[in-house]
Amino acid sequence: MPYDLSRYDGFDPARYREESPFKIHGGCGLMGLCDESGALMSGEEAILAMAVQRDRGNGLGGGYAGYGIYPEFADHFCFHMMYHDLKAKEEAEAILDQHFLIEVAEPMPTRPVKGITDAPLLWRYFMTPHQHILDEREQSAEDYVVSVVMLVNSRVDGAFVASSGKNMGAFKGVGFPEEIGHYFRLEEYAGHTWVAHNRFPTNTPGWWGGAHPFTLLDWSIVHNGEISSYGINSRYLEQFGYTCSLGTDTEVAAYLFDLLLRRHKLPVSLACKALAAPLWDEIDRMPEDEAALMRSLRAVYGPGMLNGPFAIVLGFNGGMVALNDRIKLRPLVAARCGSKLMVASEESAIRTVLPDPDEVWTPKAGEPVIGRVKGMDWPIHGDLHLGAAQISCAVTAVEPACDAEEVTV
Amino acid sequence: MMTKAATVAPPAGVIEGYRQQAPSVTRDGDVVTVDATGIYYQQLNDAIRDEVSGGAKRIVLNGVNGQRYVGCGLRVSGVKLEVNGCAGNDLAMFTDGAEIEVFGNAQDGVGNTMSSGRVVVHGDAGDVLGYGMRGGNVYVKGDVGYRVGIHMKAYEKNIPVLVCGGKARDFFGEYMAGGMLVLLGINTRDAAQRIAGGFLGAGMHGGVIYIRGTVESWQVGAEVGVTEADEDAMAELRPIIEDYAGAMGMDAAEILSQPFTRIVPMSHRPYAKLYASM
Amino acid sequence: MQQTFVQPEFRVKIDYDKCHKCGRCVQQCGWGVYDFNERPIPHDEKCRACHRCVTFCPAHCITIEKNTLAFRDNDNWSTDARKAVWKQSETGGVLLTSMGNPKPYERIFDKLVLDACQVTNPSIDPLREPMELRTYLGRKSDSVSAEPDGRGGYKLASSAGLERNVKLDVPIIFAPMSYGSVSLNVHRSLALAAQRCGILMNTGEGGLHEDLYPYQDNVIVQVASGRFGVSPEYLQRGAAIEIKIGQGAKPGIGGHLPGEKIDREVSATRMIPQGSDAISPAPHHDIYSIEDLRQLIYALKEASGYKPVGVKIAAVHNVAAIASGIVRAGADYIYLDGFRGGTGAAPAVIRDHIGIPVAIAVAAVDQRLRDEGIRNQASIIAAGSIRSSADAAKAIALGADVVAIGTASLLALGCHLCQSCHTGKCSWGITTQKPELTRRIDPEWGADRLTNLIHAWSHELQEILGALGVNAVESLRGSRERLRSIGLDEQTCRILGVKPAGL
Repeated sequence: MPYDLSRYDGFDPARYREESPFKIHGGCGLMGLCDESGALMSGEEAILAMAVQRDRGNGLGGGYAGYGIYPEFADHFCFHMMYHDLKAKEEAEAILDQHFLIEVAEPMPTRPVKGITDAPLLWRYFMTPHQHILDEREQSAEDYVVSVVMLVNSRVDGAFVASSGKNMGAFKGVGFPEEIGHYFRLEEYAGHTWVAHNRFPTNTPGWWGGAHPFTLLDWSIVHNGEISSYGINSRYLEQFGYTCSLGTDTEVAAYLFDLLLRRHKLPVSLACKALAAPLWDEIDRMPEDEAALMRSLRAVYGPGMLNGPFAIVLGFNGGMVALNDRIKLRPLVAARCGSKLMVASEESAIRTVLPDPDEVWTPKAGEPVIGRVKGMDWPIHGDLHLGAAQISCAVTAVEPACDAEEVTV
Repeated sequence: MMTKAATVAPPAGVIEGYRQQAPSVTRDGDVVTVDATGIYYQQLNDAIRDEVSGGAKRIVLNGVNGQRYVGCGLRVSGVKLEVNGCAGNDLAMFTDGAEIEVFGNAQDGVGNTMSSGRVVVHGDAGDVLGYGMRGGNVYVKGDVGYRVGIHMKAYEKNIPVLVCGGKARDFFGEYMAGGMLVLLGINTRDAAQRIAGGFLGAGMHGGVIYIRGTVESWQVGAEVGVTEADEDAMAELRPIIEDYAGAMGMDAAEILSQPFTRIVPMSHRPYAKLYASM
Repeated sequence: MQQTFVQPEFRVKIDYDKCHKCGRCVQQCGWGVYDFNERPIPHDEKCRACHRCVTFCPAHCITIEKNTLAFRDNDNWSTDARKAVWKQSETGGVLLTSMGNPKPYERIFDKLVLDACQVTNPSIDPLREPMELRTYLGRKSDSVSAEPDGRGGYKLASSAGLERNVKLDVPIIFAPMSYGSVSLNVHRSLALAAQRCGILMNTGEGGLHEDLYPYQDNVIVQVASGRFGVSPEYLQRGAAIEIKIGQGAKPGIGGHLPGEKIDREVSATRMIPQGSDAISPAPHHDIYSIEDLRQLIYALKEASGYKPVGVKIAAVHNVAAIASGIVRAGADYIYLDGFRGGTGAAPAVIRDHIGIPVAIAVAAVDQRLRDEGIRNQASIIAAGSIRSSADAAKAIALGADVVAIGTASLLALGCHLCQSCHTGKCSWGITTQKPELTRRIDPEWGADRLTNLIHAWSHELQEILGALGVNAVESLRGSRERLRSIGLDEQTCRILGVKPAGL
């Protein structure tokens, strides 16, 4: 149960809800770019893709996540931190120091940009967990990192962990995405995968931590649309120990991917089918084996199905997955150019980065576009290379299966 | 890369999507060439409107990439816009009379609530193509997205016509209330895919859809009747196909060499029985 | 016979100028209100205000009015309370009544409102776009495990699928009403409609008449304390089996179908002698505790080849804990019957004062099962006065998988809620076994009306889902974020998991 915030002493949900105590609404633009060969691309490409989609946001949030950007520290967890003041920094650093061997601590490189104001103190840390604590707690490094993230976010007033993965980082804030990208000097970074987001919130957050992408460990999520099933999705996740404290659809989507991919070990294509399920009529037309699987996915994960308009890009160190809602209510265009795979809300964003793509297409509703970086570990366990035993589910039904035929009416 | 400390660099090389400045324009008689590269849509459309007022008959827009609303609300006939590049959302929205030819793909919302005129896209077009179109012709060479021809309607003399040369996704002709939608399935990226998705003509209560080839019964909405196009129907369709083929440089006879499916609503009031007065 | 103090509740008025003197009212009335002497003469004291005569009078000359006798005002001693005392002092009897609790308790559903999409997310057009109501009733695994199918795709790794689930086209089913309490034609109507709508009817505790065998895939067979009609064949015929522990109208109370209602057909269906009383004990005498319930559940599974087995309980104070126990005992669904639920006969004191509202029960149970991580293990059926598709949508938003309708389905067949089912004289031919009355319901006609009702509510549910911007009912189920309360107290809101309107 890794993400149960309430397990951490001093957790105050209100702390997490700086933006709004309730569900946050908003629209957006997004992009994902992945060089499957593992070749690195400047962050400028991501900025360019977002700049032409400026009108999709309203200047109240922009952000990026880049992968493969810290090769010198590829084995270190990199925390991108936001602090409201020095006191928050001191307190948070004390916690980091207690849990990690801090290799590097430095301010994030930034430059002044017109339009970017009220930036918090931005620092980054390259760290490794104290091995003896890991041993003591019999915890995986990942779960340990998550627990520290939750600890900092919940305990330290005015401190927020913007990202916490290895060889990746999130760069986000209040402003238009091209301003934010420029502010963070993204053109000085090179990554094999970039995801980015342009936000159009319907409230005025004024809080840098609330910008997207939402990240946890290596996962980063950008999302356009509104998940109308948020109410039941969040209640469903609570059953598994996740606390949806930010009130955003993006957070819900991130936890659902974590649940399905990491904990239930579903292959990514099936996880996408659970989140954007085929229509019952479509399922009924499928060959029986496939229909049985889809029926089960839908019936079992119905409360987790993301309903309503959305386009999502999930980034991670192995690549990216882009997914549209089941009846295609948000735009998403995909293109391939050599080893580069790109998705965006608008084709113009793609053509800004890849002027002459090999092919451009609009993915079908509910069918994921998957980019996979060569040589990188695919972090998703339901890999075809794994045996059946290894991809069986983590949680099994309480009742033993029986041979009775399915009863249909 | 690693930078050991925050440095203050000059804000040089600002990256922006579009510049809010007037585009460079070159005029040659009534032919005008506009360099739209990186120009924000407002200034671009201002320039187009200025040139139209100035008597331009042919306006060539080079370097278009995603600018919205090109030709939006343009109430003029005898003027042609040529778009070189990727046309942005809501191309030809509310357009009344102008002709727009796109050499490239068009994004979502082409011909939105268009009154009259002509749009030719020599590429693919996105979702919600021809939403609420009341008149004019939209011809797309390639594939089109979801909800194409949604709520197209005819009114008095205005009869909208939308022809797609490739394949379409779900909800083709949804709520269609009038006009003609044609789907050819020829110029497509994905040969394995069905010519149209599901919910074809769902809620259709006016107009006619022609599909080159056949569709399965599960694909069509409950409100429509599906037949093979007969001679009378082909007589209605033929001039449209000939016009389309001319615009696209295709062979009309070749297009017409295969039987078409004709889809029409069974009622103009498909939901009359659904409601009961309280 | 002593003079009763209880004056007639209604006045039957006939406009003799219009009256055809045809005697139709005499023939239609099951209560014997009318004598006929050249013209119909009503006896007010027998009238139940069921409107059968009014409906069928060709001259439209009958009106039924409340007997507006004045009583001295007394907020504390209502007229009904006074009448009850007079009646009991005259008879010494427990006051018997029927249908659901009519008292003015708070109607929670009427204080809940649903959400709709505006701008930030689109509403969805339910007529043109998919709007899915399909629901699987039964236990589901917590996750799905898949393995490569050797063709680049995946297949189920184990039967973590939907065995022991019943597919419903719509999340609305018919509530249990036994043959005996209602007529065979009512059962036939329900079964036929269930089949047409892709849903379920429920035998209640009176067995399954052989006429209903063709519809067995759309029938829940119930096992209650009296075990009427329960045989291996019966268990094997149902699409699902339901253990009835209790009923919202009379929690903790058994049943009693008088011998005069046990005619040849009822006798054969219940497998008891003709003319003898059919008595349902208050408890199941093989269930005195939760582990005994498990024993019965598994006995039914063994006997039926592992059909889904559900448990129906009345919503009572400790319903969440009870429900948790039921799920852990192996039930595939829990049927929660709220205190407004109907009955063919119940002591008024029980019906009107025991149990809790279904909305509260659903909210408490759904949350408890989620807290315990066992929500996927059983479906929740909500019943006990689901009066409209709006009630259904609200119950589903609170956490129900399916709603069951009893009273509403009888209303569709003509019931006017005269609350006199226990008399066996139902003029509409619903809750009677008198052949001259039961033939008033033609099963085809009844099935048409029930089918219309289910279709109408289904369309309305689709409209609601569309307004909410979701296109599948599972995205409404338990989505309490889409509900707001108006005028409910804070504590109730907390239990319902619903915010007040404006937040």
